[in-house]
Parts: sequence; C-alpha cells; structure tokens
Amino acid sequence: MLDVLRQILLRDLRLAFRRWSEVATPLIFFVIIASLFPLAASPDEAQLRSTGAAVIWMSALLSSLLALDGLFRADSEDGSMEQLILGPAPLGLVVLAKIVAHWAVSGVPLLVLAPLVAMSFYLPLTALPELVAALALATPTLSVLAAIGAALTVSLRAGGTIIGLLILPLTGPVLIFGTRATELAALGEPVAGPLYLLASLAVLAISLGPLITAAAVRTALE
Amino acid sequence: MNAVPMRSRLWRAFHQLGSPPYVYRIAGRLAPWLGVASCVLLAVGAFWGLVLAPPDYLQGNSFRIIYIHVPSAYLSMGGYVLMAVAAGIGYIWRMKLAHGVAVCVAPLGAWFTALALVTGSIWGKPTWGTYWEWGDARLMFELLLLFLYIGYMVLRMSFDEREKADRVSALLAVVGVVNVPIIHYSVEWWTTLHQGPTLIREGGPSITMDMLIPLLIMLAGFSLFFGWLLCKRLQGEILRRESRTRWVRNLAVEAAA
Repeated sequence: MLDVLRQILLRDLRLAFRRWSEVATPLIFFVIIASLFPLAASPDEAQLRSTGAAVIWMSALLSSLLALDGLFRADSEDGSMEQLILGPAPLGLVVLAKIVAHWAVSGVPLLVLAPLVAMSFYLPLTALPELVAALALATPTLSVLAAIGAALTVSLRAGGTIIGLLILPLTGPVLIFGTRATELAALGEPVAGPLYLLASLAVLAISLGPLITAAAVRTALE
Repeated sequence: MNAVPMRSRLWRAFHQLGSPPYVYRIAGRLAPWLGVASCVLLAVGAFWGLVLAPPDYLQGNSFRIIYIHVPSAYLSMGGYVLMAVAAGIGYIWRMKLAHGVAVCVAPLGAWFTALALVTGSIWGKPTWGTYWEWGDARLMFELLLLFLYIGYMVLRMSFDEREKADRVSALLAVVGVVNVPIIHYSVEWWTTLHQGPTLIREGGPSITMDMLIPLLIMLAGFSLFFGWLLCKRLQGEILRRESRTRWVRNLAVEAAA
C-alpha cells in the first residue's frame, strides 16, 4: 500500500522536474504579485510593514491556486487517471500521493521564497521562523482545497477560471489564522494559538480532503 | 394488527420520496397551505414587531430591522445545510429528486443571504456607524457563504449533462458545509462589532418577551415562506427533469383540456 504511495509520489515528482517551467511559473507568479504590490499601494516603509503579512498570504494563496489546474488534467487527458481509478490501490491514497507530490514542488519552495519577500517588506528578522512555520502548516490545507477544486473541474474545458470561484471562499479560515500568526510574530507576541488552529485545519484537510477529491475525480470521469 | 414493521414502512416512505409524480403531487398540495400560513404569520409578526413591540432602550426604533435580518440570516445558513443534506442524499443514494431539491434551494438561499447582508449593513449604519466592517468575522463569512452559493450554481451551469452536474456539484455543496458552524460561532470566537447570539445560547434567549414573540413569529413565517417557494420551484424542476415522461405529458393534456 505504501509502495503505491511512494511510486506515485516519485512519478509525479519526476514528471514535475522534467517540465520545470510549470513548477517555476507559480513561484515566479508569487514573487511578481508581491513585488507589484508596492507599486499599486505605496513604497512607504511604514505602510509596507503593515501590509506585508497580507501581501505574502494573498500571493501564496493565488499562486497555490494557479498551480493546481494541471494536477489531474494531464493524467485524465492521456487516460492514466482511469488506470489509477481501476487499479487495486484505494483512490484516496493515490490522490493523497499526488497532493503530497504537488505540495513538495509548489508549497515547499514557497517556504524558502516567503522569508525573502517578507524581508523586503521590512518584516522583523525574528518573525521569519514563525512565518515559515505558519506557511508550512497552511500550504498543505491550501493544496488539499485546490485539489478538490481541480478534481471538481477536471472534466470541464475551461476549468482554470472556475476553480478560484469554488475554492477561494473556503480559504477564509486559513487566511485569517495565517495573517494573525504573522502579525503577532511581527509584534513579538506568542503565536502558538493561531499555529495550533492552522495545524488542526491541516489535519482536517489531509484526513478528509483526499476522500472527497477521490470521489470528485471518480464522479467527473465516470 | 399491522403486519408491516415500522422500519420497512419508513423505507417505503423514503422510496416514495424518490418518485417524481408523488413528490410533485405532495408539493402541489402543500404549497397553498404554506403560502397562506406564511402570509398570515408574516403580517402578524410584522405588525407586532414594527408597531406593538417597545422600542429598544439603546437603539430606539432602528432595532426593528431585526425582524427581517435575523430570519433571513437564519434561512441563509439553514438553506445551505438543507441544500448540502439534499445533495448528499442525492449523491449517496443516487436519488435524482434530492439533487432537484438542492438545485431549488440554491437560489433561494443565495437571495436570503443577500437579504441578510443588505439588512445587516442598513442596521449597521445607525448602530455601529458604518455600513460595512471588513474586520468583522461574521460579515466576512456571511459574504463567503454567498460566494459558495454562487460557486455551486456556476459549477452546475458549466456542465452540459444534468446528471454529472448533479453529482459533481453535490460534492462542492457538502464541502462548503464547514462554513456554517464557522459563521454561527464566529461571534463568539472573534468578538468584534457583531453582537453575540440572541436566541440559541446558554441560559436562554437574551431578549425580552415583547420583542421575542414577534421575532419567533417572523422566523416561522419566513421558514414557511421559504417552504412555499421551495414547493413551487420543486414542481417546476420536476417538470423540467421529467418533461419526456408519460405522466408529465398526461398532465399537459389534462391542463389543455
């Protein structure tokens, strides 16, 4: 059972790195949104500091959505998704492996990039570990939510535009606790509360999300 | 005496609810009763609430919008739960009529959500001094609930086949249910502008009887009004889904004759 998980994980990672431009696009998108923001608002240091947390979280949210349109599309177009549905492994596990692989190429690089962006928004250095911890707990939830959206729209031709409408309303709690944690950290306050809530959201998403995603993939392709 | 055990009778009732002509008839029979009862209750509740109830010691007469605001907010959430339960039943037992119910609830729930938002912001102006407060969690999640309803309807529209639209959108409706408890408890978890719960709370309602009774009448009136609209919409939806069947054709022939 775990072997299936490992093989799908490795396969998806290998595929992702062969088409590295698709991996890089959401990350570059993240950096571009964050750097356009001071142009749209104002480059004033005090203002950047007060909006930094919000900008980082919104950019992370949008780039994680952008990344997920292709999660099931390529596989369902060339028929390998049908093979996985028919195969002996439980589809929930297969989907979980695909989500983990996707998180590894979209969420983890974000953890590296976000502190750089945060520093450019004058977030204090002492707040960076908390920012990374909050993103590490939040990005799995975002990946699961986006996977649900990708699975619901996999059989639609214009799926990409509709995913945002379906999934963004559900990201409210993640956004609230994520920015709360970052703001508290910037003030030097303890951040355990929002981090625990982010962790519980992640547990909820990881335990129930793959089952719903699997049901959605099966329904969409039946 | 009665040979049929309770359990199988319940199952038969459940299966009868899957039969479109049966539900069409039931909805048609219920609709006028619901319509009359809701109009009476709404008239009584509105007169009692707007004229007879005493003004609030703090808010004066502006509190009276509660008689519209609270019932619509309650229906916006109750409607979502009803939609999700109906869609879930449709998904699990492959019951097409349950999907039909979910389809009919969606626009009704969306309108009541919009009404709750509009009346809430009208109420907010004299009470909080602002129409809209971005920092308030309950306002935010009520707005997100509206987006969930819209997402559900848009997702349905983007499928060509009705059956696939039913099954895929059902999953979205079920996922969105997580928002409902968040809205209900948001005023306790994040204390900002919106006041705490008035009716469903520990230690009973925190509102005087003179104001509570018309509110309960309005709640009942709004619910029956919702049920009335639902029955009418459901009849239309059943006719649309069953337009090729013989019983609908017979119905049309009878109506023409």
